[in-house]
Amino acid sequence: MNPQTLQLICFYAFSFVAVVAALSVITLKNTVHAVLALVLTFFSAACLWILLDAEFLALALVVVYVGAVMVLFLFVVMMLDIDLEKMHEGFVKFLPVGVIVAVVMLVEMVGLIGVRTMHAQGLGANPATAAGVSNTAWLGQALYTKFLLPFEVAALILTVGLVAAVALTLRERSDARYESASRQVRVNPRDRVRLVKMAAVRPEPSAATSENTPGEPQP
Amino acid sequence: MADQLINQVLWPLIYILCIVLPLVLAVAMFVYWERKVIGWMHVRLGPNKIGPAGVLQAFADVVKLLVKEVILPTKANRFLYFMAPMIALVPALAAWAVIPFSGKMVLSNANAGILYLLAMTSLGVYGTMLAGWASNSRYAMLGAMRATAQMISYELAMGLCLVCVLVLAGSLNLSDIVNAQAGSKGFFDWFWLPLLPVFVIYFISGVAETNRLPFDMAEGESEIVAGFHVEYSGSAFALFFLAEYANLILVSFLSAIFFLGGWFSPLQGWVHADAPGWINWIWTGGFIWLFIKAFLMSFLFLWFRATFPRYRYDQIMRLGWKVFIPIAIAWVFVAGLLKYYGVVTTGMGG
Repeated sequence: MNPQTLQLICFYAFSFVAVVAALSVITLKNTVHAVLALVLTFFSAACLWILLDAEFLALALVVVYVGAVMVLFLFVVMMLDIDLEKMHEGFVKFLPVGVIVAVVMLVEMVGLIGVRTMHAQGLGANPATAAGVSNTAWLGQALYTKFLLPFEVAALILTVGLVAAVALTLRERSDARYESASRQVRVNPRDRVRLVKMAAVRPEPSAATSENTPGEPQP
Repeated sequence: MADQLINQVLWPLIYILCIVLPLVLAVAMFVYWERKVIGWMHVRLGPNKIGPAGVLQAFADVVKLLVKEVILPTKANRFLYFMAPMIALVPALAAWAVIPFSGKMVLSNANAGILYLLAMTSLGVYGTMLAGWASNSRYAMLGAMRATAQMISYELAMGLCLVCVLVLAGSLNLSDIVNAQAGSKGFFDWFWLPLLPVFVIYFISGVAETNRLPFDMAEGESEIVAGFHVEYSGSAFALFFLAEYANLILVSFLSAIFFLGGWFSPLQGWVHADAPGWINWIWTGGFIWLFIKAFLMSFLFLWFRATFPRYRYDQIMRLGWKVFIPIAIAWVFVAGLLKYYGVVTTGMGG
């Protein structure tokens, strides 16, 4: 078995898992199961990218989508109280719309692929391999030299999005109770605790108590 | 064909076993060590009945857990309930694939080692979440939600700390990161010195990430009994236990690799004696140094556990988001300046 055949088998295996998982996202009744199927779809896509030597993108997909975005998604879905029967009723009703959207997307994608092949521009050799560095190193060099401005603009847009999301959802509640950490740190122990110095003297045991509990201090 | 199978399938499998089996054994012995150390700190003896000085206590516990009944709560989601412990354990073991034990001893010398580690540690959250949800129990659900929020928050701080490391080392490869800490100034060439605040943040985040005391809000036995794994018993619970300790040992190894020079000796560059190999490692470095460093770091986990009271939930979140992340972000720039102006040089030239 030469490496190409093995790679091809792996490609079909991962693609199969990805397609089946993507289908189960929309067919599974349980929403938590559906979210997990989506996680599996992302993961299989990451495996496909690793097959293509795009290790940075693949691992970034796992870190960002599987490790962060989907966790938050699952977080929300887990707490939903959904009537599963009711949810399932709409499936047939919305099926035509879904099919139309899917068909349009398929036609667009096939059209794009067709146009690209007519231009007959091959992707060429892998630039990272050509430069003799790893995929990650090449990507880093490309992003921070050739595409520095678009990269920084993208970062700025994401930051603005982050700030906007916080600004939109932040509610100032007057009845919320919170503690000021700096005030807590600045507290002086002497304001709160009074240390009483007492001489370490053992009181004389009286005749009555010395019989039962010898040596116990008197009240 | 047969040669290829042996070279590409059989040998990696044997290497994987060479890492996983000692790891499981190490977890068993570490649990014994933990109980002993905490016992001494509490001025008591700790386990001392089974085996000489109680060393077989861990194995007795394993046998006990394996023969116990595995209970499935009423109306629990059967599939996810039994999947969750495995989802928790697999990333904890898979992360070990990229750990370089010495210059030559590494299972997968992956180029994007740090990213792989971040990916694997971020997958561990699913085990916790699904265990809490699938148990169909309020305690478990609350524990899972706390644990998830905490783990996501501290993952960010950890990731930013690793950005500092990779700025200095200039590589995502773990072997390259250790090699960047070589030099002639002994342990002052390691990254703990230029990245001191980041080192502290990384280790504390590691403690929070593994849900160990004083950040064990996920379990908090005085409030929510045992958190996400309250419904688990027997071998299913044992898997969670194994995952937690495998993660703990992993964080200890990673701190040693990223900040304490990996397998390099603290005497590197100071002693130039020519001695036979079995004594030479003391100054030229070897995997034993990595194990010593990792052992000392893992001891800190036990020390914390016996020393500090549990954090309050809002205090944990505040520490993660408002203290650690800003400091780590600031130190990314400091690390960049240190590298740019040549204050920190890496490799043997430094």
